[in-house]
Amino acid sequence: MTASFPASNSGPWTAAAMIAAVIVSSTAGEVLTAAAMKSIGDLDVIRARSGLAGAMRAVLSCPLFFAGVSFLALAFFSLLFALNHLNLSLVAPASASLTLVTNAIAAKLFLKENVDRRRWTAAVLVCVGVYFLAH
Amino acid sequence: MILGLVAVCAPLGDTCLSRGMTNLPPISLAHPGTLIAAVFTPWVGAGIALLIGFFASYLTALSWADLTFVLPTTAFGNVIVAFLARFWLHEPISIQRWVGIILITVGVGFVANGPSLTERPATPASNIAELGTVVEEEQVR
Repeated sequence: MTASFPASNSGPWTAAAMIAAVIVSSTAGEVLTAAAMKSIGDLDVIRARSGLAGAMRAVLSCPLFFAGVSFLALAFFSLLFALNHLNLSLVAPASASLTLVTNAIAAKLFLKENVDRRRWTAAVLVCVGVYFLAH
Repeated sequence: MILGLVAVCAPLGDTCLSRGMTNLPPISLAHPGTLIAAVFTPWVGAGIALLIGFFASYLTALSWADLTFVLPTTAFGNVIVAFLARFWLHEPISIQRWVGIILITVGVGFVANGPSLTERPATPASNIAELGTVVEEEQVR
């Protein structure tokens, strides 16, 4: 059985930097991964034609996918680092809700997605909802 | 089904990671190897297994839907966890959390009622047979 250690005391700027690292790397990873999956095409169709191996081959032969996964791995280790120093009740709502907004902006700018009023409203409602739920 | 898997696996995986990481001593940037060692502890390992399930479902969803459609929908997982905590673990839920649940549900309802994919102009090289397969897949879905 392992002992439970209290979170260390980090200053507000250090905490903000840790959360910002999670948000930036996560947004970059998700936008790159989404771009990769769009360039590959519908995985359900590929799986119906070429089987699971064909679908995996299609994903693993896409360089954009590896760029996205690299950023997501960076986001994952940034999250582990932040969880080790800060409380979950701060890291989870802050990173989850802010990532929704940064992703909506990045999807509009880089993926040219049609982020209409409906999607902006949904992003903001979910963002505030996640904050209330996890704070 | 796919979006449901995404919604359930992500928060459960994060909870396992949190439990695993708080059981470890504070990790310093001077010793990054300890972060790698943390991956092989049971709670962090279980969290990673759940997050792999999440990632496979997430990639499938992203192949046929916009990022701005998939992300708010997956946030519904927080609502599922809150309901599990209330009715299975009998944990009390404050009014603030109920407000959060309502906001997320309304937000997901907003985005789910709209189109899942941005319309793009058709390319000349579009193959009619391919389009037929896509339509059949959409009908099955």
